Amino acid sequence: MKAKTIDLRRSLAALLAVGVISSATYLIAADHIDAPAVTGKASDITDFYAFESPSNSSNLVFVVNTQGLLAPMATAAAAFDSDVMLEVNVDNSSNKDNLEDLVLQVTFENGKVQVYGPVAPIEKGLSSTLVTTGNKVEADISTYAGSPMTGEANGIKVFAGPRDDPFFFDLDQYKKVIAGTASGFNNPGTDTFAGTNVMSVVIELPKSLLGSGTLNAWATTNRKN
Amino acid sequence: MKLKYVNLLAVGALIALGACNNDDDATPMPVTYVQEDQMARPAINTVFVSAGDKDTFNGTVPSAQNAAFGTKFKDRLMALNPGYTTNLLGLDAATFTGVLSTDVLSVALSGPTTFYDGTHVLTGRKLNDDVITVELILLFGGPDATANPMLTDDHVDANDKGFLDTFPYLATPH
Repeated sequence: MKAKTIDLRRSLAALLAVGVISSATYLIAADHIDAPAVTGKASDITDFYAFESPSNSSNLVFVVNTQGLLAPMATAAAAFDSDVMLEVNVDNSSNKDNLEDLVLQVTFENGKVQVYGPVAPIEKGLSSTLVTTGNKVEADISTYAGSPMTGEANGIKVFAGPRDDPFFFDLDQYKKVIAGTASGFNNPGTDTFAGTNVMSVVIELPKSLLGSGTLNAWATTNRKN
Repeated sequence: MKLKYVNLLAVGALIALGACNNDDDATPMPVTYVQEDQMARPAINTVFVSAGDKDTFNGTVPSAQNAAFGTKFKDRLMALNPGYTTNLLGLDAATFTGVLSTDVLSVALSGPTTFYDGTHVLTGRKLNDDVITVELILLFGGPDATANPMLTDDHVDANDKGFLDTFPYLATPH
């Protein structure tokens, strides 16, 4: 018990030291407002999810959320950016080299969302070229007030529009701990993301289109040249 | 002279456009993009990357992240928790931050997909996974998850809205 107390004090002392440097400038969340170049833009990713479909165990679901901490009053005016392509990158190689073997490419044009792929990218890395020769599925972008609009083609489903932010975290208390003004979390905590929305893209597709075994996956946003 | 040059350029552009638009069989001009943000596991850039490096991290491909940021991640871990030895996964500081600094999410195509459910580790990320508490336990909880109990659970265990059983699964906006 005594050793634990000492550990805790050491940790808090370190947290305090770190907090002086970094806590004033940046919110700490899943990936909300993570870096100066994307903060406040449609390209700011907040969260990435990948899970087996609750309604079909042969399918996988990818969720890429953007533009975090939208207040309800601000959500109707939030929009995707036609100059920003969102990409789900998949490494399905056996040696897991963390290079994308397949991509799902998501674009937004004239009130619609398009998903291309999964398809082998033309190039790997920081530059991406839209590959329009493979599967394509399209849907109307859902509005704040309307019911969700979805599209489906070749077993691939897409939704794009405002949703409740599924992320939950007592960010405010974490910031107090980092700043040295609190010794730990409260019980119960307070969800800083309660009552806020995100601009969400949800894609469901057959696992068979992605490979077998285990994937490494990551999401990116990419701006049109 | 200058005006003529501009006109020539304009004519050239029109010809180029015409060539694209008039030939139905032509391949469309490729649309290219440059990466601006990236993310896989929750809270990696925000917790482990210093303020000055955040944009650089977003512009580094996952296959190059460990070489560029591995040492910095380890330093950050030891600053956050100087008492770190190993965690619940049995990973020492170098191994743990080596895993974290390549920011990809592993996803199993068979079996449960979860960030951590007590049995399965990093086989995906579900909407209701309490990823922050998992990460706090791995950062602060020590080898048996009992160290620093004030820091290992934010006591926010679920989302404020329930999720849907059917596509698109996320709850309606507030």
